[in-house]
Amino acid sequence: MWPDPRVVKFVNENFIPARVHVKDDSALFQKYGEKYSAQWTPTVLALDPDGVERHRIEGFLPNDDFLAQLMLGSAQIAFAQQEWGEAERRFREIVDTLPDTDAAPEALYWAGVAPYKGTHDGSSLKATARAFKERYQDTTWAKKASVWG
Amino acid sequence: MEINFRHDVDAVLAEAREQRKPVLLDFSAAPM
Repeated sequence: MWPDPRVVKFVNENFIPARVHVKDDSALFQKYGEKYSAQWTPTVLALDPDGVERHRIEGFLPNDDFLAQLMLGSAQIAFAQQEWGEAERRFREIVDTLPDTDAAPEALYWAGVAPYKGTHDGSSLKATARAFKERYQDTTWAKKASVWG
Repeated sequence: MEINFRHDVDAVLAEAREQRKPVLLDFSAAPM
C-alpha cells in the first residue's frame, strides 16, 4: 500500500508522515501506542494539527481502499476544524474518484452533513438521502441517511 | 518517489502544531 504512487503523493501533500516500528522504535511504540491505543499493526492514524486522532485505519487494505481511507482522514480533519466547504469537497472527491471503495458511502454521508453544518439548510441532507436511493443502498450509511428523506 | 517517514514523533507533533499541518502516524511491524 505504501509504494503506491497515488498514496505517496497524497501523504506527502497532506500530512507530516511519522512512523513508530514495534521493534526498532520499541520505546516510542510503547509511548504512542498507549497514548493512541494502538494495539495492532498496521495501525495508521490521521491526526489533526493538535495531535487529536480524527481517523483510524487498522489492518491491511488494497491500494484503492487505503487511499480512500487516507482521503477520508483528511476530510474528517477539515470537518473537525469546521472548514465545511473544504470538508465537503474532500468527501465528494472520494465518491467521485474511488466510488467502489468502502469509504465512498461514508464519504457520501458526510459530504451531505458538511454543508448542513455550515448553513443549517436541510436541503443537502435531503439530497444525500435521495443519492443513497440510487447507490450504496445496502450500506449502514444509507440506513443512517434514510431519516433525512 | 517515496514517503520519508520520520521517527522523532515528539518533534513531528510539535511541528504540526506550529505549522497547523496534519500528521499521519503509522504503527508498523513491517521490515524496515
